[in-house]
Amino acid sequence: MTRKWIAPSAVIWLLLAFAYFVIPLLGSFLFSLNKLATGTCCTVHWYGTILHSGAFWQSLKVSLLLALETIAISLALFVPTIYLVHLKMPKLRPVLAFLALIPFVVPPIVMVVGLLNFYKGAPIWFYDQPWGFLATAYVILAFPYMFFSLDAGFRSIDVHTLTEASQSLGASWPTTLGRVILPNIRSAALAGSFLTLAIVMGEFTIASLSAFHTFPIYIQSVNESEAYGAAAVTVLSFGITWVAMLSLLFVGRKRGARAAVIAGAR
Amino acid sequence: MAYLELNGLHRNFGAVKALDGIEISLGEGEFLSLLGPSGCGKTTALRLVAGFDQPDAGTIVVDGRDITRTTPSKRDMGMVFQAYSLFPNMTAQQNVEFGLRIRGKDRADRRKRVSDLLELVGLGHAGDRYPHQLSGGMQQRVALARALAIEPRVLLLDEPLSALDAKVRVQLREEIRRIQLEFGITTLYVTHDQEEALSVSDHVAVMYRGRIEQMGAPAEMYSAPATPFVAEFIGTMNRLEATVVDPERGVVETGGVTLTVAAARGKPRGARVLVLIRPETVEVAASNGGGANTVRGEVLTHTFLGPVTRLRIAGAEASLIADMPTARAAALPPGSKVDASLPAEEARLLDLSDEPLPEIAEEPAPAGR
Repeated sequence: MTRKWIAPSAVIWLLLAFAYFVIPLLGSFLFSLNKLATGTCCTVHWYGTILHSGAFWQSLKVSLLLALETIAISLALFVPTIYLVHLKMPKLRPVLAFLALIPFVVPPIVMVVGLLNFYKGAPIWFYDQPWGFLATAYVILAFPYMFFSLDAGFRSIDVHTLTEASQSLGASWPTTLGRVILPNIRSAALAGSFLTLAIVMGEFTIASLSAFHTFPIYIQSVNESEAYGAAAVTVLSFGITWVAMLSLLFVGRKRGARAAVIAGAR
Repeated sequence: MAYLELNGLHRNFGAVKALDGIEISLGEGEFLSLLGPSGCGKTTALRLVAGFDQPDAGTIVVDGRDITRTTPSKRDMGMVFQAYSLFPNMTAQQNVEFGLRIRGKDRADRRKRVSDLLELVGLGHAGDRYPHQLSGGMQQRVALARALAIEPRVLLLDEPLSALDAKVRVQLREEIRRIQLEFGITTLYVTHDQEEALSVSDHVAVMYRGRIEQMGAPAEMYSAPATPFVAEFIGTMNRLEATVVDPERGVVETGGVTLTVAAARGKPRGARVLVLIRPETVEVAASNGGGANTVRGEVLTHTFLGPVTRLRIAGAEASLIADMPTARAAALPPGSKVDASLPAEEARLLDLSDEPLPEIAEEPAPAGR
């Protein structure tokens, strides 16, 4: 039996990639442990200050809720749309793919100005709370990530045959979508949701321009006054985003684990 | 009284006439195969019956009820697809149970029926397996059990065996027939494989260019093809284009050879006809100077088919295919000069229209949607 071994060049590349991602994080973490008076290690003072700050929790709550709202709206909007496009209007797929690229091309500042103009006549509550205008902007921002993830999911299954099989057995459209199609694209929906969560948790420009206090705005405000504190918030935000993603994965996998395994085996 | 009726079904896709006035009448519990080459409209006809597509004209009646505009979910049609169609997120058991859950059957009834059906298709031991853990043949068995679970009014099978290997195909088609007879379920079966259609059906309808060329019992389709297309499509056939030269004695002339064919008597002199002769009825012997109804030629190739060997014979006048017992064929190796004696007296004869004879691929491609 031959022993498996990894080529030295591969090890070097892996180490380089690991260093690229870990060094800045490690740097921020070490910086966040510095004392204000001496500028040397080590104190957890900044973490304590931040975790006891009401503004931290408030902004975190807003961003997490916004992320969940964006994910919910995106899934509710795009899953049936992409399903129907795959099933009935495959010629529209390239059109959707093109539209999905627009948020990449249009700068956030242009998008905010455009959206503000577009929603000029909207009721006050729409601008008053982040759940209106900001969520709408984030759905647009998340569109490419959600679209390409879901599209890949739909392409990996035989949408036509599964739909027809389900209908011939007496299932209505909603039942077919809910019990047959959705469980088989769950991995794709989860992937789209992760990306959406990450985007919303880090989005600064639109929130700042529309004057909402989201988590990135809080990080920026800390950064302006306390450099060590800002590093601590960065490390915390990294951890929080990962915990949120793992929670999403856990919730999604709980019921969809088998489907995900099967989809992987296709 | 007919249980399933397709009345004047038309379906066009742009300029293409996929179905051009299909008429089918099938009794309860009967098994009809729609047979034809790729693109002949057989799958389109099945999809109209299932409700996945709508006809441009015509009606579909099941048990006296017009279901032409009924949605697929309300038609009670059990369908087995060409592609593997089991729901990947469900076990074999859950797949079979799906239709029963939709119908709100109680748990105990569901479990019993699912278990009975899985036993029926020989998969009682595999109920907990997911589709990706089953072979192609097993998946199609589960799909059959799933279709039968809802006690469908009509069972629709869309080339269910085409993705399987030869041995499993034969085994499974016999099982389908056994189960169909056991349940007495009216069945519509689409295939491009004539052997499959002839071996399991009560009736076979050969389709070509959106029309039914001929419909009848398998033996009738084989022995008495009504059109040149059916003659070509069902089994292997020697087709000799001929001209009637003596209507009183029934003599026709093909490429310099005269044949006496009973069926040619009374045809107009000079009429163009097609003489159809099955290879297994051609008698081949070493050349001894010929005789009546005999074509002289040379053996070109031998094709071993097990108990019989197929000889391709090139004559100066006509080319022929003849099947003869393998033991005797060895005496006539390729290159032998032979006399092929045609049972022309009993041969089938068809009037030849001006329309060119259809070309049929030896192995039709799987039908598209």
